[in-house]
Amino acid sequence: MKGAQLIIEALKAEGVKALFGYPGGTVIDIFDRLKESDIPFYLTRHEQGAVHAADGFARASGKVGVCLATSGPGATNVVTGIATAHMDSIPLVVLTGQVATHLIGNDAFQEVDICGITRSITKHNFMVKDPEDLPRTLKAAFYIARSGRPGPVLVDIPKDIQQAEVMAPYPEQIELRSYRPTLKGNIQQLKKAARLIEKSRKPVIFAGGGVVSSNAQEEIRQLSSIIDAPVTTSLMGLGVFPEQHSHALKMLGMHGTEYANYAVQEADLLIAVGVRFDDRVTGKVDKFAPAAQIIHIDVDPTSIRKNVQVTIPVVGDIKTVLRDLNPLLKPRKNPEWLQQTQNWKQQHPLRYSQSGKVQPQYIIERLADLTRHDAIICTEVGQNQMWTAQFFNFRHSRSFLTSGGLGTMGYGFPAAIGAQVACPDKLVIDIAGDGSIQMNIQELATAVLHNLPIKVIILNNHSLGMVRQWQSIFYDRRFSQICLNRRTTCPPDCDQNPDHCPPAYVPNFVKLAEAYGASGFFIDHNDQVNDVLETAIATPGPVLVEVAIDKEENVYPMVPTGAPIHQMLRGMA
Amino acid sequence: MRHIINLEVENSAGVLARIAGLFSARGFNIESLSVGKMDSDTAHMTLVVRGDDWIIEQVNKQLNKLVDVIHVSDVTETHYVGRELVLVKVYCPPSKRPDISQLVNIFRAKVVDISNRSMTLELTGSEPKINAFLDTLQPFGVQAIARTGAIAMVRDSNGKN
Repeated sequence: MKGAQLIIEALKAEGVKALFGYPGGTVIDIFDRLKESDIPFYLTRHEQGAVHAADGFARASGKVGVCLATSGPGATNVVTGIATAHMDSIPLVVLTGQVATHLIGNDAFQEVDICGITRSITKHNFMVKDPEDLPRTLKAAFYIARSGRPGPVLVDIPKDIQQAEVMAPYPEQIELRSYRPTLKGNIQQLKKAARLIEKSRKPVIFAGGGVVSSNAQEEIRQLSSIIDAPVTTSLMGLGVFPEQHSHALKMLGMHGTEYANYAVQEADLLIAVGVRFDDRVTGKVDKFAPAAQIIHIDVDPTSIRKNVQVTIPVVGDIKTVLRDLNPLLKPRKNPEWLQQTQNWKQQHPLRYSQSGKVQPQYIIERLADLTRHDAIICTEVGQNQMWTAQFFNFRHSRSFLTSGGLGTMGYGFPAAIGAQVACPDKLVIDIAGDGSIQMNIQELATAVLHNLPIKVIILNNHSLGMVRQWQSIFYDRRFSQICLNRRTTCPPDCDQNPDHCPPAYVPNFVKLAEAYGASGFFIDHNDQVNDVLETAIATPGPVLVEVAIDKEENVYPMVPTGAPIHQMLRGMA
Repeated sequence: MRHIINLEVENSAGVLARIAGLFSARGFNIESLSVGKMDSDTAHMTLVVRGDDWIIEQVNKQLNKLVDVIHVSDVTETHYVGRELVLVKVYCPPSKRPDISQLVNIFRAKVVDISNRSMTLELTGSEPKINAFLDTLQPFGVQAIARTGAIAMVRDSNGKN
């Protein structure tokens, strides 16, 4: 069997249900064999779209996402997507073509050292230099991507390897002597953890993306119920604990809820599960959870004691560990502590002003109601992302797809494509800003041509809103290059007064949607919101809804960089 | 504190770059790194790393996390034999040969090359011994130094190094 055919057989053997990618000179042999296979292929308009789509597919389905790109520029175009998946621990296998082995190192046409470029942003990468290594390497790539702490694995395959005859069969199993993730938590550590939990009076559970990867949402809910502890989540953990639940404190950190931040700062025990204590969560790290002992459960030992001191570390797969831990715990009640957190909830709810203009937070709340919280929500990065995180009230794991660690603008829309491919019967919505959506807007063609009925809601404030917010708060309103409506005729000392703005925003999103063969809607008054959103959701095929929002609307609460998380700016509301 | 870390790694393409890259990407300080093949599949590395306990713990964990790393052991707290090899070329007109030869004897070094202008010496030993040797040669005029960096092995006996 030729190498190219073996690649197809490997994808079949791994149960790959969708392949995202873009052809080119060094992968023609693979595309040639793909033509004969029944693996659904999704041709994007840019390799970055392909890798984000594979990522969205992986997050929505829990399976490994796979993408295929050519050498050189094809390979460099997937770099941002690989880094995005790496930061958020998303299992991907990225296949890139490479120039033939005899040309490697010669600065050949469309040659880059993609293994060198992606070494620090992949879980692992391989270049196949011998056709007989191809089967084992592909098997290892899938195994490494999905096991332990998941992550992206790149396999660089030179053209002559694809054309060579491969005798070795595709292995059914693989054993790597140098890679054996610990899945089962140490029982002594779990007993210690149980004793610490028993002694605590103000426990808080802090759940993150690791709970999603491990599909441990049920176990987290059980843990909270057994020990009667409130639950906060990181951005990546949204959805693992239903936010309408009385124990839910919603998101922690820079744009988290005041009550989550207060609870963590008051807690005497933090049970941190599948989190990595990112700086956006901890704020000033030596003032983070000052009264709390910390139990930290994670599959990756390097996450433990990286940013914060931990009382009891437990290394293992979250689901496995919680299944061992939960039975060790005595059921208990913490009425006083829960009352305290309830009081904070009532005194400091998430809120926003009712200025008469369309409020982005209102859009998110309406979307949540109209979808009965049962949709896959993707976001871009910035204000759109934070408002969605705050106001959607997530209830289901794998229902919120966002670039948390890397913060990749342009992620949401192609990720929505992957999510829709993974879940054809689900409603998939991308909540975008006018900046982010333009970073991968070309994928409208992909959505239209594959008839993927994604709904894109563009919260248009004519601005790079989050940067504008920082310039507004921390740089004395010295706005620099954040206006997306600025043109050469604008006065140099523009006062940011919307009355002086040129009338037409570029592009006209409604017309753009129509140009691609999608449907476009526009909202600029509160009384249109319900009807238009309902119509948009009911409209078949991809839909783009542009919502004109106030550029002065900021994301609150907000912890300034370097402050402890209980010192939050509350804004105008 | 100075830590000696032994690694057993897959002898695969890019493994050295992965380890070096880990140190530069995470800002760890590496003092020396020496690599040698053990068999066709496996290589041995000894790293000398400086850092407080917190950093060294991360260094160990991060090294362990690399897929190509088979085994990590920080031998600093064990009884280990640590050795380094140095080649040093010293300015040496014929008149100075007796002086330098005397130092060679004291340190149990070896003369590996000799010319009308220089002597090249070889010494194996612990890092302090090598430093002392080089200091002693300094007044003669050291022209070139090549050091391997430390390699280390845990002792099975209870002797001290």
